[in-house]
This record gives sequence, C-alpha cells and structure tokens, in this order.
Amino acid sequence: MSEIPGDLKFNKSHEWARVEDDGNVRVGISDHAQSALGDLVYVELPEVGASIQAGHGVAVVESVKAASDIYSPVSGEVLAVNELLNDTPETINEDAYESGWIFLVKPSNKAELDDLLDADAYAEVIENEDH
Amino acid sequence: MTEKTVLNATHRALGARMVDFGGWDMPINYGSQIEEHHAVRRDAGMFDVSHMTVVDLHGARTREFLRHLLANNVDKLKAQGKALYSCMLNERGGVIDDLIVYFFDEGHFRLVVNAGTRAKDLAWIELQAKAFAVEVKERPEFAMIAVQGPNARAKVLGLVHDVDRTRIEKLGKFAAAAAQGPHGMPLFVARTGYTGEDGFEIILPAEHAVALWEALLAVGVTPAGLGARDTLRLEAGMNLYGQDMDESVSPWEANLGWTIALDEGRNFIGRTALEKQKAEGVKRVMVGLVLDEKGVLRHEQKVLTANGEGEILSGSFAPTLNKAVAFARSPAGEPGDVRVDIRGREVPVRIVKYPFVRDGKPQEGI
Repeated sequence: MSEIPGDLKFNKSHEWARVEDDGNVRVGISDHAQSALGDLVYVELPEVGASIQAGHGVAVVESVKAASDIYSPVSGEVLAVNELLNDTPETINEDAYESGWIFLVKPSNKAELDDLLDADAYAEVIENEDH
Repeated sequence: MTEKTVLNATHRALGARMVDFGGWDMPINYGSQIEEHHAVRRDAGMFDVSHMTVVDLHGARTREFLRHLLANNVDKLKAQGKALYSCMLNERGGVIDDLIVYFFDEGHFRLVVNAGTRAKDLAWIELQAKAFAVEVKERPEFAMIAVQGPNARAKVLGLVHDVDRTRIEKLGKFAAAAAQGPHGMPLFVARTGYTGEDGFEIILPAEHAVALWEALLAVGVTPAGLGARDTLRLEAGMNLYGQDMDESVSPWEANLGWTIALDEGRNFIGRTALEKQKAEGVKRVMVGLVLDEKGVLRHEQKVLTANGEGEILSGSFAPTLNKAVAFARSPAGEPGDVRVDIRGREVPVRIVKYPFVRDGKPQEGI
C-alpha cells in the first residue's frame, strides 16, 4: 500500500479531492480503492460542463470484477475529465493519486471540503475496513 | 466459520487478495487478475482448487448406481482413469450440480463436485446410493492444484518421477493416472481443466500440497486466483454452477444438451422430465453475447430481445478479447436486434456461438 498524500481530502466512499492552486478541485479514487477493485477495464466519465452535486454518483469505474459509482466529494461544474482513461483505464491502478485522476471540478461551495476526511482520518477508515 | 485450504498461508505469503468463496477463504488474485489470465493463455498458471469436494464411491454396483444418478452415461468410461463430465439432476430435470466422474475400477469411481454445493450434493448422493449398497466417502484429506496453459503439461512433467513421465505425457484428454511427484509424493494427475487450455488437475494428499506448489512456482508456473479462473472459463464457454444453471434450470436450457445421454433403457434421475420438456419444446435458451462498445456485461443485467426479456448469467470483461462477453438466458425463437440494459442505457450486443476463446485464440466471429 502506497503512502496516502497528506494534501488530499477523502470521502468515506474512497474518492479523493485535491484543491489546486487556482481553487479548482481534482477528483480520483484512492489507492486502497483501486487495489480492492482490481484491474480496471472501463471508466464512464462525466460530461464536461455538467453540474454535479456532492455525494451523487457522477462517474463509474468498472474492474473485471465489478462496477462502482464514483461519488463527487464537492458540488460544482465539471471543467475537465481525464480522457486518458478512455483508452488506458489501468492508469488508475498504476497511479491512483496523480495521472489516474478522473475529473476536475470548479467548486460552488468550498465549505463542503471541510466535511471531508483528512489523510489520517481516511487511513483510519481503511484500517478499520481491513479488520 | 470460513474454511481454509492447506495452501492458505502460501497464498497470503504471495500477497494474494483473499475473498470468501462459498464459505472458503480463497485468493481472488495475487496482484493483477488480467496478468494471471494472460499467463494461463500464453504460458502456465496454477490454481488452488482444494476447496472442491472429492468423493469416492465404492461397491460392486457403483457403475449401476452412476447410470441412475447421472444424466451422462458412465458406460462411456471403459478404460481405467477415464473421466466424464456430467450433470446430476433432480426428478424435475433441474441441475443439482455439475461434476466430473473418474473410473478407477468396477468397485471404485471418484466424483469431483463443486465446493458451494458440497452439503446438498453429499446428502443427495448418499440418499440415492443406499439402494445400490454403494459407500459414499468424502476425501477432505486431499488438496487439488490445477495447472493450466500451453506450457502447463511440460512443466508438470518435469516434476514427475522419471519412471512415470512417459506414461503421464501420453495421457489423453479427460484421462487420469497415478504418478509420483517431487520427493515421491503420490499424485493423481488428470488431463482436465476449467480454462479452455491444455493442462492437468492434480489431486494429492494435503500434506504435500505446499511442496508441490513451491516446486511448480520454482519452474515458472504463475499463481492465479479465482478471478482469472472465472474469466478463463467464461471465455472457454464453460458454465459456472449457481450462476449459469441451478435446480430451476434443465441442461437443455443451459446449453448442456451434449452431456445428456438418452440411451435406451437407462432410467436416470430427471430423464422423464427432460424428455417431456424436449417434446413440448424448450422455452428458454442460453446464448453467448459480445459487446463491441465500451462497457462491461454483468450478471443480472436485463437482455432485451424480439421475444421478450432475458437475463445475463455470467458476464465479464474478457482479457483475451479486450471486450466484454456474457452468457444469457433468453426466450427461445428468433431474437431480432438484441440489447442489454447497462445502468438504464440500452446497448446493442451480438449473439454469437461460443466458446469465445479456444486454445489461446479468439474464435471466428467474436
């Protein structure tokens, strides 16, 4: 298991959110989540320009084993999606926290970020899951 | 209480991700399910299948008993060591389980049945065996390792004792024989499998399983988990009990008509129901589906045809084909344009003849 980057915030449902320098929020799934899902074979990305709600399913990742909804950690407008994942969904398996990002959001309510878990709290969540 | 095979600690030491499979703590993969799948298609992989149930049948009337118990005819088993795939049916013609039966001698046959159906299978077999005075003996002291892939036989042969090698090399498909493995350990080597590749399934005393596994590892056989086993058998067109058929499904409806032997005068359990169903016309068929678009076909997705709705049985991304394939059960008749409901979206699919993959190669039209 790789280190959980300290600058990330998390949903209990294993999505991460990173606030960029320009205030936009990049979203992906945790290394723990990709490892639990196994080899990813398909990612259904949201539409650029779509308005999304925190806690709602906005994307789907499918591994050989199962399909999983990706819940957005924040509300806002989708600014960009990671087109790389259309052809190489396994990028998420290889690099969940950097090149395996899924979409970028312009947040409409920054206070939502305060409701997310920090890296330590998330580490505790997955610790408890494993027992 | 979760059961463990004798190889449990070995899997964990190899970094396996473990899951509960029918009450057994089993490896789903050792890192990458797709890489394990490719290892079996291209080279050699091994699976711990010790959770499967081995049952020995003893008694002078064992063959007669099996003629009654099984939908396929054990009279096809003439030479010692020959194996046969069969369904075991209830009176309604529904599938209690699918199994392999091995012929040792007239007083001794062996069944290998599924792990998830162990208790009901044993109860059923014991109930039916009484009238034939056949002794039913489970063999939990055995482990079982399947070694599969184009190079699997050669790698196993390298570990077999010199005096046995030529004989095991000459084993035909669906035949088995005893041999000595590393350090003289006793092996029962069968040229059978569940991947669509050549290879062996080896039954051996549990106390030797770790040593055999390590020896196979040392000659470059890749450990593969139940995840790869599932995609391999789906590509190879092989049914999974509980997903592709169960007691509410007859072999006609599960594409297993080829395993039913309606030979004259053999009154096996379920025969009357099967003949009635055939005479009246089988209402549901099992078909193969291919999805050419992106996405994955999954168990329980709805299949829309011109004749009404069907359902996906086994469905998955198929690593050899790099797209999704599935088995589906749908109403009989000309299906028209077929679609699958994937999360509310109707996606077109093609009905194809399967196996999807045979001997490492995608089949024509897939």
